[in-house]
Amino acid sequence: MSEWWTYRLSDLLMFSKATYFRLFELQNLALWPFQLLAVGIGVALLICLVQGGARAGRIAALLLALAWLHVAWNYFAQRYATINTGAPYFVLGFALQAVLLFWLASRKREPRLAQPVGSLGRLGLIIAVIALLGYPLLAPLSGRPWTGAELFGLAPDPTVALTFAALLLWRSGLMLWIVPLLWCAISTSTLVELHAGQAWMLPILALLAMGARLLTAVRSRG
Amino acid sequence: MKHSTERRILLHAMLAGAGSAVCGPLLAAAPGPLLTRPIPSSGEALPVVGLGSWITFNVGDDPAARARCTQVVQAFLANGGRLIDSSPMYGSAQAVIGHALGQLKHPQALFSADKVWIGSGARGPAQIDSSRRLWGVPRFDLLQVHNLLAWEEHLRTLQQMKAEKRLRYVGITTSEGRRHGELIKIMETRPLDFVQVSYNVLDREIEARILPLARERKIGIIVNRPFRQGDLTQALANKPLPGWAAEIGCTSWAQALLKFIVAEPGVSCAIPATSNPLHARENMLAARGPMPDAALRRRIAADVARLT
Repeated sequence: MSEWWTYRLSDLLMFSKATYFRLFELQNLALWPFQLLAVGIGVALLICLVQGGARAGRIAALLLALAWLHVAWNYFAQRYATINTGAPYFVLGFALQAVLLFWLASRKREPRLAQPVGSLGRLGLIIAVIALLGYPLLAPLSGRPWTGAELFGLAPDPTVALTFAALLLWRSGLMLWIVPLLWCAISTSTLVELHAGQAWMLPILALLAMGARLLTAVRSRG
Repeated sequence: MKHSTERRILLHAMLAGAGSAVCGPLLAAAPGPLLTRPIPSSGEALPVVGLGSWITFNVGDDPAARARCTQVVQAFLANGGRLIDSSPMYGSAQAVIGHALGQLKHPQALFSADKVWIGSGARGPAQIDSSRRLWGVPRFDLLQVHNLLAWEEHLRTLQQMKAEKRLRYVGITTSEGRRHGELIKIMETRPLDFVQVSYNVLDREIEARILPLARERKIGIIVNRPFRQGDLTQALANKPLPGWAAEIGCTSWAQALLKFIVAEPGVSCAIPATSNPLHARENMLAARGPMPDAALRRRIAADVARLT
């Protein structure tokens, strides 16, 4: 793909806003009633984050890994690839993050979730709630049909947003942040070019989670 | 079932074209014969307005959007259009064009223009064949090296195909002004039937060197981004058409912007892209009726610069 280097960001936007958001509608119509399972998994994740501890942390890592894998396959490979020739790279990126999350779940001590206490803990829960409930509302709030709602486990942005919440509460190291932050940059660029009102939602959530994570790191050293 | 739905939509589009309230004003304003220009290297007549597919035809496998693209192609061809342009870079656009052509029973009028866009010259022929199958055509009329990528190797391939009568015309494209120097060198030294460049009422760099050189070397000019990818029509959307628009039979800014381009004698064909069948029909009307002379072109350019 050496041909890509000759282009500006706006040159690479090869689809319209309507076509981009229509993908979520087509995916939802094709997968119904899988959405109920995805919502169930999202709620289970939220319960894990509220409970905290090692067992909840392991379950959360497993559920998130499955969500990333599903987005890689069902959204990027099956849907996004039909309009974006760069989608195979996103399939690989999301699959890699799924592998990292499976690896995290397999570790004996590591995936312990911090108790969501204090303002930073509550921030993690707020980000998770926005990922689960806020993202689906974006479609009707932007004048798009409900059937085009972006759901955790199906669409990339809410899945990444919920991951930011988990990474904050896991007190996770840098390695697990790389792919979510890269996707955050790609998604934001795409949505800015599409003049989508929600363009800055994911980077704001990422900044909040990263900022809070850095603060906890500083505090633990102090 | 899907096919019958599409045919029904097409029928509605055709009926609409026959005189609905929506299309009435457009049809009423359709004056004179379709303006064509001879391709400099062959003399073959080509309508001066074609159809691009960047972004607008990249709709994936969405059946509703594909049906609408089919309506666009139908409206374009029904109003005298011939040249449809695409590229392997345009996502699903080639497959969507192929779908539309299949639905329309592979219209004879089609002038198929595609591109080769791959960093490896050796992989060019395979990409061209894959593109051809997506279009569902026995051969392309025109193949262009997209954005000068690996142009020396690809031009060799295309010239060979032309020599073997597997291709009718050879071209090269760039949509970036900063690469005009390289394009000019190629135009000066290589046999080309077409170059495809960006040109519109505000972006007129090609007038300085590329248009005169094309005339001298008998190279046709295909114009992409006639509306600056929609930015111009959007910026002018709420601005009333000046009085001169009526003088050249324009009922919309899009037509005025297109007439500005195709009135330049060195331009073979402008290729606006649209996902709206009514706009496809409206664009084709810009190839009919009176064209602006040099003085009016200057006035159009000044008015657009002032209003945007």
